[in-house]
Amino acid sequence: MKLYLKYAAILLKSQMQYKTSFFMTTLGQFLVSFTVFLGMYFMFDRFQAVEGFTFSEVLLCFSIILTSYSLAECFVRGFDTFSGIISNGEFDRIMVRPRNEILQVLASRIEFSRIGRLIQGIVVFIYAIPASGVIWTFDKILTVVLMVVGGFFVFSGLYIIYASLCFFTTEGLEFMNIFTDGGKEFGKYPFSIYGEEVLKFFTYVIPLALFQYYPFMYLIGRTDRITNMLLPILGMLFILPCHLFWRIGIRHYKSTGS
Amino acid sequence: MIELKGICKTFKTAKRNAGFKEAAKALFKKEYSCIKALDHVSFSVSDGEMVGYIGPNGAGKSSTIKIMSGILVPDAGECVINGRIPWKDRINHVKEIGVVFGQRSQLWWDVPVVDSFELLKDIYKVSDQEFHKNKDVLTELLDLGEILRTPARLLSLGQRMRCEIAASLLHSPKILFLDEPTIGLDAVSKVAIRGFIKEMNKEKGTTVILTTHDMQDIEALTERILLIGKGRILLDGSLSELKKRNETYKKLTVDYAGKGVEPIPGLTIVNSVEGHAQMTVDTRILSVSSAISHISGQVDVTDLSVSGATAEEMVVALYKEFSI
Amino acid sequence: MKKYLSFFRIRFIYGLQYRAAAYAGVATQFAWGGMILLMFAAFYKNSANVFPMTFKELSSYIWLQQAFLALFMSWYFDNDIMSSIVNGNIAYELCRPIDLYLMWFLKNMAVRASRVVLRCAPILLVAFFLPEPFKMSLPNSLLEGALFLLSLVTGFIVLVAFSMLIYITMFYTISPVGIRVLAVSTLEFLTGAIIPLPFFPEGLKKVLLILPFGSMQNTPFLIYTGVLSGSEALQSIFLQVIWFLLLTFLGKRFMKHALAKTIVQGG
Repeated sequence: MKLYLKYAAILLKSQMQYKTSFFMTTLGQFLVSFTVFLGMYFMFDRFQAVEGFTFSEVLLCFSIILTSYSLAECFVRGFDTFSGIISNGEFDRIMVRPRNEILQVLASRIEFSRIGRLIQGIVVFIYAIPASGVIWTFDKILTVVLMVVGGFFVFSGLYIIYASLCFFTTEGLEFMNIFTDGGKEFGKYPFSIYGEEVLKFFTYVIPLALFQYYPFMYLIGRTDRITNMLLPILGMLFILPCHLFWRIGIRHYKSTGS
Repeated sequence: MIELKGICKTFKTAKRNAGFKEAAKALFKKEYSCIKALDHVSFSVSDGEMVGYIGPNGAGKSSTIKIMSGILVPDAGECVINGRIPWKDRINHVKEIGVVFGQRSQLWWDVPVVDSFELLKDIYKVSDQEFHKNKDVLTELLDLGEILRTPARLLSLGQRMRCEIAASLLHSPKILFLDEPTIGLDAVSKVAIRGFIKEMNKEKGTTVILTTHDMQDIEALTERILLIGKGRILLDGSLSELKKRNETYKKLTVDYAGKGVEPIPGLTIVNSVEGHAQMTVDTRILSVSSAISHISGQVDVTDLSVSGATAEEMVVALYKEFSI
Repeated sequence: MKKYLSFFRIRFIYGLQYRAAAYAGVATQFAWGGMILLMFAAFYKNSANVFPMTFKELSSYIWLQQAFLALFMSWYFDNDIMSSIVNGNIAYELCRPIDLYLMWFLKNMAVRASRVVLRCAPILLVAFFLPEPFKMSLPNSLLEGALFLLSLVTGFIVLVAFSMLIYITMFYTISPVGIRVLAVSTLEFLTGAIIPLPFFPEGLKKVLLILPFGSMQNTPFLIYTGVLSGSEALQSIFLQVIWFLLLTFLGKRFMKHALAKTIVQGG
């Protein structure tokens, strides 16, 4: 952890060398998700509600997924750009250093300009917290925290899978975007609106709904079941098979060196 | 102590042909071909030795380095370095080695070099005392001084390479792998770096394995050469041994007036431009003196010099001999 | 002209090589399109009366959008061009006897076209066989089909002409990444890539339709689905042509100025 912070400090220092660029990119990141917000606004301007969810409820859901996604994007970005790390030989360098590979990969790329997106998430959060009509008792606050942390873990797991695939092929990994970018994009609405099959898929295969739909129902008071609130913890376990897959990837890399 | 026994490694690569039709075909089917990168490679290097590992591009040099640094697992064979199998005990193994990839940087691009050093200190868990001692010694020997406060991206290639080498030695490794450390450097930097490597090897007893295309590196640094070609070790011996082997060759450079020299058995004309020619004499067939008398019988010699083969030529001759 | 054609050809073939990327792209876009339709279906179920088009029309629109994504993706920028602008290597390009604007234009077109060639057929084919109301439908008439194709090409070149302007602004900025992220997200939104323009509030929609943003993917897709037809369709295509001419004119002018500036500064 101390080493990770050291890495973070050195990366912050280098990104601050180009201040204008940094702030422009941050602003850009902010605007990217702002257009998503605007799109939702236009939709609700026309339709008022979707499957019984009001605009402010959906905004709460949106801000939670955006926050957890941008946290993952900010700190786990090393995996997102992993094909580059392999092809430019940086991974060989990582392998000749006496530290855990995952830590080094994570630490080698921390994109602070992604804070633009995080700010967007937080701004929407601040708006949605009073507007959503949720009465903020302790358990509701805990639910939100679990949702964000759970989301961070699941998105990180997806990035790890993505990176592990890079060990086998560098082509055609686009389809992972369905789960990472798509998860963020479509997760702005509770997954139930897409129909039962989609919800099942995001429960049992890629557990995005575990930190989104189920605890969200508890949050806005549609259900009293305490299990819903705790499901994000189950979602965090998703990281375990992802880590296993990563180990397999490393073994493959060691035998092909490609 | 480095010991490799019967290391083999085969790679599979996809073929890709040119042209529209081929591109369309590749959509459905890919063809693979196998390349034997290492074919029963065996050698051992004792502590404190300095070895030049040479061979043409694609001969298997970097695969060997990768195996020795624990990045690559061979298909067959044994590799033991300081009592460890590199790829089985990666973290403990790499604590004791330093690697310089000449064409890639390990420094963080946008921050002063000294910041990179500080981070490496934490990565390798070097104690404060050892770090400062090493840093001071390296700064002095490699003349880093002011350079340390400059961001890596602003350094010249020579300055950067000096920093790269220093960065690989901060944790006092027992073994140093240098992969083309002098590539692209100017003469002054090359001499400085060679001097330093030699010093390190002598003072600290660091084992050095050096891959290079620059024969002057080999001549200046290493007594022992490993020549690899097509995945096999072709020659393991000293530079002087190699020289002895090549003593049968002499090079003649001749300036002359006249039509030109006809080759005779034992005398080969390497190239000749009007009035200037380079030839080689195979002394097993033809003595140098009879070669000279043959030449002066044919043309009017204005200048003539005799020299032995340079290391580079010897290697070219070796490549030819093993047809790689 | 021959050299430009062969240049286009090389780039095009180069683009065709990415087999696995194409398969993955098809899968991604198919899943993506499906999710978008499911989302709209949820809105439709609640209040069909305020839906600006029929759901059947929307389905065709979304599938076309996914199939021709590569033509209209605003985030694609050629790395070679970008880096040559940023690091000043552009000076070397100027030594060659070519029209740089035209060459970049063709390069962009070739890459996009090659991606579409590989991807559009499988997406459209599967979309035709989906169950109602999610399936892709045929255009109402042959004429509309023909107008769609015409408008697809003009819309495509309007987008490329617009993205050329973004390339050129890179000459003037010290923060290419920032500008790019900003320009791309705005363009994405205003051209209707995030939600189709018919779903925009009326006032904003009217403005966007006159501006070049409405002349990119919006026009061909609406012609195909039959939302735009007859003289309206012809008018929109006419507007596309106007924008294409205007944007290329502007692009060439700015490019000239930018290059002159680069040379004066010595790269």
